Amino acid sequence: MPPSVEADPAPDAPASAVSGYAVETRGLTKIFGSQRAVDGIDLRVPSGGVYGFLGPNGSGKTTTIRMLLGLVRPTSGDHDILGHPMPEELTAALHRVGSLIEGPAFHPHLSGRANLRRLDAADARSDARTAASRIDAALDRVGLTPAANKRFGAYSLGMKQRLAIAAALLAPRDLLVLDEPTNGLDPQGTREVRHLVSELASDGISVLVSSHLLAEIQQICTHIGVMSAGKLVAQGSIDDLRATRTARLHLGTPDPARAAAVLAKLPVSQLVSGDETVSGIPSEDLAPEDLVRALVAADVPVRRFTVDRPSLEDLYVSLTGEGFEVRS
Amino acid sequence: MMRFARSEMRLIAGRRRNQAGLAVLAAVPILLAIAVRLTESNPRGGGPPSFIDDIVGNGVFVAFAALTLQLTLFLPLAISMVSGDAIAGEAHTGTLRYLLTVPAGRSRVLAVKYFGLVFGAFVAVFTVAVVGALVGMAIFGTGSLTTLSGTQISLGAGLLRLFVSTVYVALGMSSLAALGLFVSTLTTQPIAATVATMVLTAAMWVLDAVPQLGWLHPWLLVDHWAAFADLMRDPADWGGVWRGLSVDLGYAVVCLLAAWARFDGKDITT
Repeated sequence: MPPSVEADPAPDAPASAVSGYAVETRGLTKIFGSQRAVDGIDLRVPSGGVYGFLGPNGSGKTTTIRMLLGLVRPTSGDHDILGHPMPEELTAALHRVGSLIEGPAFHPHLSGRANLRRLDAADARSDARTAASRIDAALDRVGLTPAANKRFGAYSLGMKQRLAIAAALLAPRDLLVLDEPTNGLDPQGTREVRHLVSELASDGISVLVSSHLLAEIQQICTHIGVMSAGKLVAQGSIDDLRATRTARLHLGTPDPARAAAVLAKLPVSQLVSGDETVSGIPSEDLAPEDLVRALVAADVPVRRFTVDRPSLEDLYVSLTGEGFEVRS
Repeated sequence: MMRFARSEMRLIAGRRRNQAGLAVLAAVPILLAIAVRLTESNPRGGGPPSFIDDIVGNGVFVAFAALTLQLTLFLPLAISMVSGDAIAGEAHTGTLRYLLTVPAGRSRVLAVKYFGLVFGAFVAVFTVAVVGALVGMAIFGTGSLTTLSGTQISLGAGLLRLFVSTVYVALGMSSLAALGLFVSTLTTQPIAATVATMVLTAAMWVLDAVPQLGWLHPWLLVDHWAAFADLMRDPADWGGVWRGLSVDLGYAVVCLLAAWARFDGKDITT
């Protein structure tokens, strides 16, 4: 039974914006033909937080992100970006948003710098006089200055990814939407991207970062949302999600029958007795030492005793499924 | 807006294939002049004026002849290539999603794209005319021009009529570019958009060649494209040119509106 978190995902988020959310969606849905690619999701990205948007490939993350950024029109539902209702205030909202959507895409025959110059020229609100310095700063921030004048087509995958992040940083932003920013990067590059995102987040920028790998973004996220088959199956702060994971007791004893009887009274539920083992779910207020004390007091011989919580990874897998199954 | 437009012009001008296409367009008047020079034959055939027969008399006619020759294939092909690439090309490389999230604004992207295509059309057509006039005058010399009516006009008057004709052809190509731009919003494959635009142009030429469909001819975009020839009569006959411009304008307005309607609500999934 996968746990789900219905509680306010951001009790500690500042109520600075109108809603306190950098991104808020209400019943956002996209149907392609007969496929419900995104099925009525209520996304809440708290202002100033780093929101890890997780889910296996094909679970609807990218379609959601495209809807958030006004590239794809929702079939139903609506959303706000930084307090701007979309798509009515799309231009005002997107000026404050830097984004990386489904990998980098630039003109291969232009240099990295020329590509950034073109994107900056396309921005009606950007100042031509500061363009050169802003472009240099963005290239510098992602460590691409030495390759700035090389053709984009000659870039390695990691350099392409960095250029896309540089493009997202061309102007001061309040929200970064990064779709799989570590895709195709080597472990070194992944670490650098993670470091960059944490750095930006510590400047107070809200970040929505998607990944199909929990391990890649787990350390930098304050909040997590998990997509599976078009639905948002869990959402909340990392701490809340951790708390929802049920601890499980494993006991090794030559007398499982007596142990089970003692444990049942504490209470420990869902007891399963095996040959010299007992396992169960202790009630939340029971500390492991209370359990041991009770067992010993009742003269139950204890050979092995553990209480452990599944890792976030186990939770993620339980929510999204482990296999390679593809949605039809 | 000006920065974005300049960026678009640089993007079009910087493409290798566009540069190669421009070289082909420029090569035609040169080849034409050399071929006429080598044969020096001057058989006056029947049919509509092609200006080729007049080249020996005055090199400026190389420009008129080259424009006439390239109207059917090379110029529309060049416009199809550039306009097919406009939206579909950006969609294909994925750069469109980044332009739109800048945000560049959908209407603004479309406007700048069309501006770039008109710029491309003028560059292409003027390249043909200027190269033609220069090469022609270099090889055949110049002086006063013999009009299609048989009278003589001064070189200055002739060059002015060449200039007006070139602008007229460029406007016709700009109208085709609007059609190409619309087709380009329908697909994410630039080649498909280019081929479709070229097929539409060829289909119009075919329909235009069937006399039984005479009632349809005034409505075909290509039908009036060669009407600038009437400007070389004495006095110049502007009737065909004005009708041609109104058809150009009609096509451009309808196609741009269609492109806007399509592009404004389109899901960008590439």
